[in-house]
Amino acid sequence: MITKVFSKENWITVLEGLKEDFKVFVPVKEGDFHNFRLLENDRKPSFDFQNTRLSPKSIVFPQSERMFEYALDSSQEDAHILKEAPKDFSPQLIAGIRPCDAFAFQLVGVNFDNPQYQDSLWVQRMASTTLLGFGCNAPCTSCFCTSVGSGPFSEKGLDALMVDLGDRFLLKGVTAKGEALLEKMGLGEDADDGTVKRALDLAEGAEKGMSSNVSTDQLKEKDVNALFNAPFWEKVSFSCINCGTCTYLCPTCWCFDIQDEVFGKQGDRIRNWDACMFPLFTLHGSGHNPRDEKFQRVRQRFMHKLKYYVDKYDNGVACVGCGRCVQFCPVNIDIREVAELMNGY
Amino acid sequence: MKNPYLPYPVRIDKIITETEDKNLRTFKLVFLNPRDEERFSYIPGQFAELSVAGKGEIPIGIASSPTEKGFVTFTVNKVGLVTTHLHNMKEGDIMGLRGPLGNWYPWDDMQGKNVVIIGGGFAFTTLRSSIVYMLHPDNRPKFKDIQVVYGARGPGMLLYKEELTEWEKRDDIQMHITVDATDDPDWKYNVGFVPTITEQKITSADDAMALVCGPPIMIRFTQPVLEKLGFPPERIILSLEMRMKCGIGICGRCNIGDQYVCKDGPVFSLAQLKQMPPEY
Repeated sequence: MITKVFSKENWITVLEGLKEDFKVFVPVKEGDFHNFRLLENDRKPSFDFQNTRLSPKSIVFPQSERMFEYALDSSQEDAHILKEAPKDFSPQLIAGIRPCDAFAFQLVGVNFDNPQYQDSLWVQRMASTTLLGFGCNAPCTSCFCTSVGSGPFSEKGLDALMVDLGDRFLLKGVTAKGEALLEKMGLGEDADDGTVKRALDLAEGAEKGMSSNVSTDQLKEKDVNALFNAPFWEKVSFSCINCGTCTYLCPTCWCFDIQDEVFGKQGDRIRNWDACMFPLFTLHGSGHNPRDEKFQRVRQRFMHKLKYYVDKYDNGVACVGCGRCVQFCPVNIDIREVAELMNGY
Repeated sequence: MKNPYLPYPVRIDKIITETEDKNLRTFKLVFLNPRDEERFSYIPGQFAELSVAGKGEIPIGIASSPTEKGFVTFTVNKVGLVTTHLHNMKEGDIMGLRGPLGNWYPWDDMQGKNVVIIGGGFAFTTLRSSIVYMLHPDNRPKFKDIQVVYGARGPGMLLYKEELTEWEKRDDIQMHITVDATDDPDWKYNVGFVPTITEQKITSADDAMALVCGPPIMIRFTQPVLEKLGFPPERIILSLEMRMKCGIGICGRCNIGDQYVCKDGPVFSLAQLKQMPPEY
């Protein structure tokens, strides 16, 4: 296992140097919050944040992506025949991803890359992505990662882990991909035992500092139809305004739509993020809609994350406890409370 | 790496207007690359995504049988953007086909059994595929009696009329064609709803499997008839519809509980459905 320590100035230099081998995505301060952006021009990375407003899921699974292109001019020989649109699968690095968001890629991966079907876009982009995690010294009050199989310093899904020691950053390889990344870094010194001990203390302190605990241990045993017919869904969904913010922010929400867009005699087939919160999501051509009512859609979202996923993949819940939906829901619907309701029903 | 969303290019070889309201048309598609036809190896009960460049894709049951070579057919109801455009396309036009998708009727379990087919309206497509498949000389010995109850609103709304007439004449399949109502004095088949005709014509569930495909109301009223006849839920097989996009269990919209209708279905036994949330 390789460990390296960098002064904070050197770290920025190292990131600049990695641009030779990777598209480097870093947290950047934008107004009151941080988001991941491509390191280019005079953009300044900023590692002074709790978590980014949006998870970096769009770096692997873009919000909108051209899948195919085609000509509609019938005089062309290949008119109306779909061809792969050019795509960029060159190596990319997400530097500073929180462990919860990295774990989300692992949970979502079982959907996109399963024994029967492999989503080629996901698989290739995931293969070209290196995830450099960033331990959470001070988790948010809405976080509950330790309740759902992750943690503020969890290495699940990470290639390397970075720890903020105050004056310096400690980096540690997790996978072979991560070790290769560390070897590419010009600067930095080997970490001594004292430095490693300090990082471990920070991790322990962060875990102890987690304020939310959510019970999910009984979900697998519950009868799916009993939960589906539970009396609390109307109440849970009462205040929901179907804005879809929860699905947009969620690092494990993966649903998408496929649409054609035409520009003159050229067209693209595009895939876009979609959300189970919208009635159109399930509207049949006939007009029938199995999830016509708001409570049905809210139930679907929670049942998917906390029951259907659990049953289908035996891989825990499809939630990493990042707390974004709790923090940003305009009507304060709290997945922690819903999980407790379901787990205790 | 193979992109699972890329359709095979196909040419519309023939378009047949099936019903008097002209809302149902059958499209006979031929693969532009002969090798794609081999790759598109399907089993009755499966569906595919029909792709129209510039409009999008629609999931439609395969109406042809794998015993019919050189083409694949789909009967499409005109309801939305893609289907309306498709209805305006003409023979010779190029489009796309992605599949085959989903599971199929339980052919292994049906071997050596009596087969009861119950269909209503335009949901008869994969049942047509199944009948043609079973009637093929290579396959017919594998099944005992084959009975078919097929109904539509009126005589002009029945699909595949020529074939229905042919099947009527055969002695290795018993047809019970029916219409909800008709004022045609020459109508020589049944009049009545599918559940009623099923109750009158199907007399036994012994050693039999029932394949049921139709509008939700037909399914709802046929189910108790079959149960009364003695069909256990394991031997009542249904094919479901759902709004779909990817067709391969990834895009997340067609789930019923933890099952994706596109990948884990569209064929489910009633026994399976009883274990799933009633959200379809």
